[in-house]
Amino acid sequence: MFSAMLGEAWHAMGANRLRTFLTMLGMVIGVGAVVLMMAIGQGAEQAVKKSIQSMGSNLFIVLAGPPNMGGARSATGNAPSLNVKDATAMEDLEGVSNVAPINMGSAQVIYAGNNWNTSIIGTTPSYLDVRSWNLSDGYVFSDSDIRSATRVALIGKTVVQNLFGDDDPVGKTIRIKDSPFIILGVLDNKGQSLDGRDQDDTIIIPLTTSQRRVFGAQFSGSVRQIIVQADSDKVMPMVEDSLNSLLRQRHRIREGMDNDFSVRNLTALANSAAETTKTMSLLLGAIASVSLLVGGIGIMNIMLVSVTERTREIGIRMAIGARERDILMQFLLEAIVISIVGCLIGIGIGVGGALLVSHLTQAPIVVSSQSILTAFIVAASVGVFFGFYPARKAAQLNPIEALRFQ
Amino acid sequence: MSGHVIEVKSLYKDYQTAAGKFPVLKDVNLEIDAGDFVAIMGPSGSGKSTFMNILGCLDQPSSGEYMLNDQPVARLQGDRLAKVRNQTIGFVFQGFNLLARSSLLDNVALPLVYAGIDKAERHARARVLLEKVGLAKHVNSHPNQISGGQQQRVAIARALINRPSLILADEPTGNLDSKTSEEIMALFGELNREGITIVLVTHEPDIAEHASRQVRFLDGRIVEDILTGSVTEHGEKHV
Ligand SMILES: Nc1ncnc2c1ncn2[C@@H]1O[C@H](COP(=O)(O)OP(=O)(O)O)[C@@H](O)[C@H]1O
Ligand SMILES: [Mg+2]
Repeated sequence: MFSAMLGEAWHAMGANRLRTFLTMLGMVIGVGAVVLMMAIGQGAEQAVKKSIQSMGSNLFIVLAGPPNMGGARSATGNAPSLNVKDATAMEDLEGVSNVAPINMGSAQVIYAGNNWNTSIIGTTPSYLDVRSWNLSDGYVFSDSDIRSATRVALIGKTVVQNLFGDDDPVGKTIRIKDSPFIILGVLDNKGQSLDGRDQDDTIIIPLTTSQRRVFGAQFSGSVRQIIVQADSDKVMPMVEDSLNSLLRQRHRIREGMDNDFSVRNLTALANSAAETTKTMSLLLGAIASVSLLVGGIGIMNIMLVSVTERTREIGIRMAIGARERDILMQFLLEAIVISIVGCLIGIGIGVGGALLVSHLTQAPIVVSSQSILTAFIVAASVGVFFGFYPARKAAQLNPIEALRFQ
Repeated sequence: MSGHVIEVKSLYKDYQTAAGKFPVLKDVNLEIDAGDFVAIMGPSGSGKSTFMNILGCLDQPSSGEYMLNDQPVARLQGDRLAKVRNQTIGFVFQGFNLLARSSLLDNVALPLVYAGIDKAERHARARVLLEKVGLAKHVNSHPNQISGGQQQRVAIARALINRPSLILADEPTGNLDSKTSEEIMALFGELNREGITIVLVTHEPDIAEHASRQVRFLDGRIVEDILTGSVTEHGEKHV
């Protein structure tokens, strides 16, 4: 009985191929959009998760210059209000496990006629600990390199690719702002940062060297940022307070005066970024669902037309003994078959589209079986939901009037 | 147990129109026995089709009683009504009313789908009936590939498929030429000889000749009820 009806539904769909196709198209586009949007959204979520992991855990970033209020002042700050001694003092605070002072900027780097503009980070070896960043080759510079401001460098994978190609960079000499630097090691892949920068497009050199050779410090020992790592998630608030009071004391800021630095909880920032992408991902899915809804309304529309056109057929079926539920099932099944077939095609197109997008834009894409399953279930429900009204209309026709219909 | 296949008592049917209540059947009384072959005649608009639709459980009377095989069916609703249409009655229409998209085999077998019979048996029984009406070669054809007379044969085969005790036919030859009409009537005659009760509506006297009893409608009432050769007045029970 059921298989006979399924066969008839298939038959009825075949009877008007163009119309069936157009009806299905709404479903195809809806499901395709949902699958694609979910792939993009989940891809973004996963990328954020990955960059949060790559960032290191329980981090504060202390920036030179007053907090950015009203957007008028630059957060990176030009005032040389932080220096290496601040960083050294922070190391003794309770709950602090690592401190890495940083100077950064960009510079032209040359190797054997190859030119590359990249970001230069001047820091101490603890920076690599804070960021849980390992080397894939070579070794890290030491504290004595810091003391004597030697010209050594660790370089990221992107820089290696652009300057050396397939050559082994370790031991080679590159020129940064015309000074020769010996490459000690190659940094592991780190991928994208939260703000979308390529973290592998970077060179790390000793802090002192960066101050003297590359950026030039107006005041000796000044740094742009200090990254502070706390022992655990629990001590974060305590560490934040003691960082603030330590710096206010060291910088002799009187009660009631503004800070000339700012302390930011990077982990909290990262979490809110993760929340944002999650919201965005949901929003994308919701927008795509609207097209699914439109597809469902399309099905209802066509099914209503179909019921009207086939009024006589319905009358004939009733006259030879079809029950209301037989007619109901017949039209409902037709709507469901249309939505499910449309859904399957839509999933194919959505997955294909997602692969194409990730191929063309390098954007991270995640096609999860969960999103496909969701789309499938939603599409089937849309079929039932929007197919029900026309089907019930068919089932409640009066056989005499239906038979008289021309 | 009255033993009648059909027993209709003081049947009324009104249609609600813009002008008000419009009576179409007025106090119709009729009894039909098993094995009868009844021709219903009368001018256009006299209520023949309305009456047939009520007999076929496609429509309900406004008042009155209708016993089908001693079961009151006038007030049946929903699934039970559908079951009567499916199992007890075979209805043949003037316009054949086949499903254009289905093969003849599927058309004939369709009532069995609603009777919940499996595919193998459906097709086997449909084949036997198509053979019986002389269309064995056309099982896989579609309605638009055969003539009107052949289509009506398919419709008759479909009406027979659930082995009904009663065949109702509303002007089954109305769309056919006289030679084909004769063939269809011969088929009805044959079915009647096999014991099936037949009630059919026709305009034409020579078609009515095939029946053993003629009932004449006029203006919503039965005005004449003739048994072959003998005439009885309306309302009197025929022998
Ligand atoms: N659905 C309806 N609504 C109103 N009047 C109807 C309807 N169906 C039939 N009639 C009227 O009932 C009368 C009998 O019709 P019908 O039973 O079809 O007659 P016959 O089959 O004898 O020609 C006609 O006058 C017709 O116009
Ligand atoms: Mg009529």
